[in-house]
Amino acid sequence: MATLEINSLRKRFGTIEVLKGIDISLEKGGFLVLVGPSGCGKSTLLNTIAGLEGISSGEIRIGGAVVNDLHPSKRDIAMVFQSYALYPNMSVAENIGFGMEMRGVPRAERDQAVASVARTLQIEHLLSRRPSQLSGGQRQRVAMGRALVRRPSVFLFDEPLSNLDAKLRVDMRVEIKRLHQTTGTTIVYVTHDQIEAMTLATKIAVLKNGELQQVGSPSEIYNRPANMFVADFMGSPAMNLLEGAVMQADGQRRIALARKDGSSIMLPVPASADAAGLKDGARVIFGIRPEAVNDDESMDRNAKSVVRFDANVEVIEPAGSDTYVVVRVAGKEVTARMRADADVRLGQPHTFAFNLDKAVLFDPTTTRRI
Amino acid sequence: MSAADLVTSTPSRRGPGHSRTTRIVIYGLLFLFALVYLVPLLVMVMTSLKPLDEVTGGNMFALPRHLTFAPWSMAWGEARIGVSDTRGISGYFFNSVKMVVPAVLISTLLGALNGYVLTKWSFSGHKLVFGMMLFACFIPFQSVIIPMAVILGALGRIGVGLADLTGWSFGLGNATVNLVIVHVIYGLGFTTLFFRNYYAAFPSELVKAAMIDGASFFQIFRRILLPNSTPIIIVTVIYQFTNIWNDFLFGSTFAAGDTAPMTVALNNLVNTSTGVVEYNVNMAAAIIAAAPTLLVYVIAGRYFVRGLMAGAVKG
Repeated sequence: MATLEINSLRKRFGTIEVLKGIDISLEKGGFLVLVGPSGCGKSTLLNTIAGLEGISSGEIRIGGAVVNDLHPSKRDIAMVFQSYALYPNMSVAENIGFGMEMRGVPRAERDQAVASVARTLQIEHLLSRRPSQLSGGQRQRVAMGRALVRRPSVFLFDEPLSNLDAKLRVDMRVEIKRLHQTTGTTIVYVTHDQIEAMTLATKIAVLKNGELQQVGSPSEIYNRPANMFVADFMGSPAMNLLEGAVMQADGQRRIALARKDGSSIMLPVPASADAAGLKDGARVIFGIRPEAVNDDESMDRNAKSVVRFDANVEVIEPAGSDTYVVVRVAGKEVTARMRADADVRLGQPHTFAFNLDKAVLFDPTTTRRI
Repeated sequence: MSAADLVTSTPSRRGPGHSRTTRIVIYGLLFLFALVYLVPLLVMVMTSLKPLDEVTGGNMFALPRHLTFAPWSMAWGEARIGVSDTRGISGYFFNSVKMVVPAVLISTLLGALNGYVLTKWSFSGHKLVFGMMLFACFIPFQSVIIPMAVILGALGRIGVGLADLTGWSFGLGNATVNLVIVHVIYGLGFTTLFFRNYYAAFPSELVKAAMIDGASFFQIFRRILLPNSTPIIIVTVIYQFTNIWNDFLFGSTFAAGDTAPMTVALNNLVNTSTGVVEYNVNMAAAIIAAAPTLLVYVIAGRYFVRGLMAGAVKG
């Protein structure tokens, strides 16, 4: 049985529908990341799970029981807020113990639970301090401690890392991941950062305008995006999306990418695509990740289907570990992720290769994957 | 950023554009205006410490030649207030204290509660309710006197009824209680305004976190909101204390004779038409009347600037 189940959840503010029928379930010990651009409804969804906002229709189940009308404190959840929301007038220990105090847990038991959580998070030396005397990372830890001490069935994280600087954010990301792995907790996590989503999640839900675009494992989302929005949103640099046409050539069905000089790059239909759904002459969007655009030297040795093409190098962006090379194909810029010491020169032609094992096709009108 | 960081990162006060002459002019003017404001108080203090013949026969700005505290004890315990009372202003001083303390506490607490509800539990129509409460800030004192008198009269009759039934009027009809009621109602618009604006900037995530922690409506108010409201509580208390203590109109309208507050008694003392005008006693009484508000500023003023919320949210 799933720990968290959301069935056809709708949420309206007046006449504006901000959540349009969400269905998600999360098994025990899972890590669900809600990701999407600002205003997509991900924080609202989290708040409805927490009970901080009511819902218009549908149901939310936690541990099998419908919690639609339960007060937040009765839902067996804990929440870590973006601003941490530590009570400034209380010490760290009082902050962590406040929930238990409200539930009438005896002092001795409370102190013991606080001490044990503080040990887990290595904040024992901070227990008597006030939140204003802590650094950003320490506040983050205290906020997690306040959630952990409740031992809830679901943890809710609302963009917990967005107030930290870049380096600390990576450290805390690792820490949250470790916490999840060692304690086996069930987590729902909201972020707009797709890298956080990919690295942390066991399950990602991509939202846009209050609609669920796709739910799946990070690899499903990354390699088999359900539509062009998901393809474009997840991954950095973004997936290359090129216009092409379906046609017959040499007795086989091909995808043709027209070039400026009148010629075409002919590609076999990627294995991921449903060939039955293709009609000759139809327009398609050919999607390929930057790391699947490369040259012969650093092409994946196991690639089964590779197509080479020549193109002029327009921009070179060295990123240390990789070099991003921008070329023009079929009227669009295509980013290739190449090894750091790739032998490319600005303005010079270079032979590139598409690894079609990793390519996907989209229908340009519905934007869905074929 | 903590308060300490803010202080240390403040740039040097001696800016590049401020030459020595500019500063001399600025401080000279400040000194001059400070003097202008202080002279009346100085004259009052000096006059109150002189015997009466020195006051009537000498220079107002001259230092006392025979220092005497007799006018002070006279004002406090023996001065003639009105026609028959010769017990000084002490009784009226405590009338004021008995009126001010509950009125300030109740109106501040209710204002805080209103601000909390209007910002953190905003119901539909909360803006209208707040707008109407704001209206209370703009109503002139004089215009509420007659309706207020009618209501207090009704409350007084209820008090008499209660006294017949239970032997106790529950304070209804008592002049001091009436004044507390009047000042609480009249001050509510202001205190609500102060607290609403303060709580509007108060992070709602703290309230949500407390809800998840299982705190009730009043627990959130008492444990989360109030302890983090010190600056605005002090602002409100100073404002309310000063206004209520200094009020003359309500005091003279709704409390008569022995139950009158300090301000009314001072007026009766000074405006007496019998005998010689004892300026030194009047001055001493006036200083006594002004002392509590001065004291409140001296004690609470320094908490005014303390930003207790520093570091509560974000890094």
